Amino acid sequence: MTLIEKDDSAASVTPAETSAASLSQSQSVPAPSLGPVAGAERVSQREPSAVLRMSETEAAAIGGDLDDPEDDELVLLNMGPSHPSTHGVLRLMLELSGETVLRSKPVIGYLHTGMEKTGESLSYLQGGTNVTRMDYASPLFNELAFSLATERLLGIEAPERATWIRMLMCELNRVSSHLLFMATNGMDLGAVSMMIYGWREREEVLRFFEKVTGLRMNHNYIRPGGVAADLPADWRDDVAELIKLIEPRLHEYDTLLTGQPIWRERLQGVGVINTAEALALGATGPLLRSTGMAADLRRDEPYLFYDQVDFDVIVGSYGDCYDRYAIRLNEIRESLHIVSQIIEAMPSGDYRIQDKKVTPPPRARIDASMEALIHHFKIFTEGFKAPPGEAYAAVESPRGELGVYLVSDGTSKPYRVHVRAPSFVNLQTLPHLMQGGLIADGVAIISSIDPIMGEVDR
Amino acid sequence: MTQRYGAAIGAAQPSHGQTVIHPERSQWCDVAAQARADGFEQLLDLTAVDYLTFNAPRQLPEDIKPERFEVVAALISRQRGERLRMRTQVPADDPTVDTLFDLWPSAENLEREAHDMFGIVFEGHPDASRILMPEDWIGHPLRKDYDIGRIPVQFKAASNVR
Repeated sequence: MTLIEKDDSAASVTPAETSAASLSQSQSVPAPSLGPVAGAERVSQREPSAVLRMSETEAAAIGGDLDDPEDDELVLLNMGPSHPSTHGVLRLMLELSGETVLRSKPVIGYLHTGMEKTGESLSYLQGGTNVTRMDYASPLFNELAFSLATERLLGIEAPERATWIRMLMCELNRVSSHLLFMATNGMDLGAVSMMIYGWREREEVLRFFEKVTGLRMNHNYIRPGGVAADLPADWRDDVAELIKLIEPRLHEYDTLLTGQPIWRERLQGVGVINTAEALALGATGPLLRSTGMAADLRRDEPYLFYDQVDFDVIVGSYGDCYDRYAIRLNEIRESLHIVSQIIEAMPSGDYRIQDKKVTPPPRARIDASMEALIHHFKIFTEGFKAPPGEAYAAVESPRGELGVYLVSDGTSKPYRVHVRAPSFVNLQTLPHLMQGGLIADGVAIISSIDPIMGEVDR
Repeated sequence: MTQRYGAAIGAAQPSHGQTVIHPERSQWCDVAAQARADGFEQLLDLTAVDYLTFNAPRQLPEDIKPERFEVVAALISRQRGERLRMRTQVPADDPTVDTLFDLWPSAENLEREAHDMFGIVFEGHPDASRILMPEDWIGHPLRKDYDIGRIPVQFKAASNVR
């Protein structure tokens, strides 16, 4: 760990000097002013980083004086796309002076499978199976945002019990997603045993998901009009058991990581961002909250029944990697707190809307009623139609604002499905967070943004 | 809304309870700058829609001429807890819009994606390159006249490929 100690002399290399040296041959860029400029201006004034995506042929054409020792001081390093600490297939181009990162550029698209295009050829009922695969660590949030947008188009509202079930499942999903973060964050920083612990606890949550939805991931459980199935009879015991299991484990994490000097040394003061910069770069979720802004859609624009439960919005104060770690750890506690309230509050009733145009009839009705047979046939062959229009619905996913923008032309398939993926936008802060830090800190920073590449590339 | 942004935005109309304004393309940046000065400090989302094969009546204010493309931006004011959606019409023969990068740097990736997927050119964007597709890709996949391709699969007779 002594290797990553901050070297003050390296950190004091001013960006203006180095960038001017590196760019003098390719293009002239106004040197960024070093005065105390406000966040948004400072961010928009940073040099265009496209120069880093130059091919080797182009770079050779520009050349460089081999005898000039200044030329050797900057190194362009390619990191990824297959790198254990890039959370999938994130590729980074880094401009290095020694071990200090000057400019960097995330290169994405390696996981692009055209899911938004696919969504245009799937009906509203099938759409859930598509979007659920985007953010694969928190699939239920994708389904929820898609269902809310569809319901907004249709002008329907899920029944009370369905809404509470959605909340229960989403908060448990937030727990499992943050546990995954705990695991990977620990692994990225060398606390390898943390990886085992995080995955272990997450698996317990996924086991409950499997019991309810039939699948560990990619559930297609939350559907327009409600949820796919009611909770199993003994769900209260299962959830209570989960809370009883996970809460003490969080104390173990505290012992293992939170107060530990090596862990703190590794994260505190690394990847710092302030509120103005985070807002300018479109950051949401724990990344924005770490700067001290209590922005949480569950509190700001309560959807589902979040206005009926009691929970705290966790904020940081320094905007560094340690804050983001601590926020996620405490958000697990808050989510468990919400879940324990849901156990008490869960009403009885329908788990899906009793609208025969949207919800397929129960199997028994099909034998007895011609109408039911027709509705069943129509829903599964053609699907239900949404009136023409457009709608946007956003939820607070574990990574930030997850929004779904739907355009309908009156048919049973959305005309356009757009997903505002929090990781995609949050990733823009990466060059800003990494500038001036060490490569080893870069790993901590990528980890603390917690990007899910499935949702970045879609 | 009209008092706040002048007549340039078309009649502001709610869409499923959300405020939508329709600035002219030439005033896209001006209206955006006004919105930012008005407290919409964050650009959350920016995307485009290709209305080429849209078979329903376009729900636009009367004074807005429908075009093939539409650029949609979602803004939020955290202080007031308010949201605003801006939609502007972009013709097919001149698919250009001014960039919002100078107002909200978060537009960088979002506009690159819209450029990649729809071929809309954002004038003044600092790095107008493809973001999701390979750099030498031809065509813009989310356009409606871009067919869903199929990859030939080994051991499947060509006649059976759906």
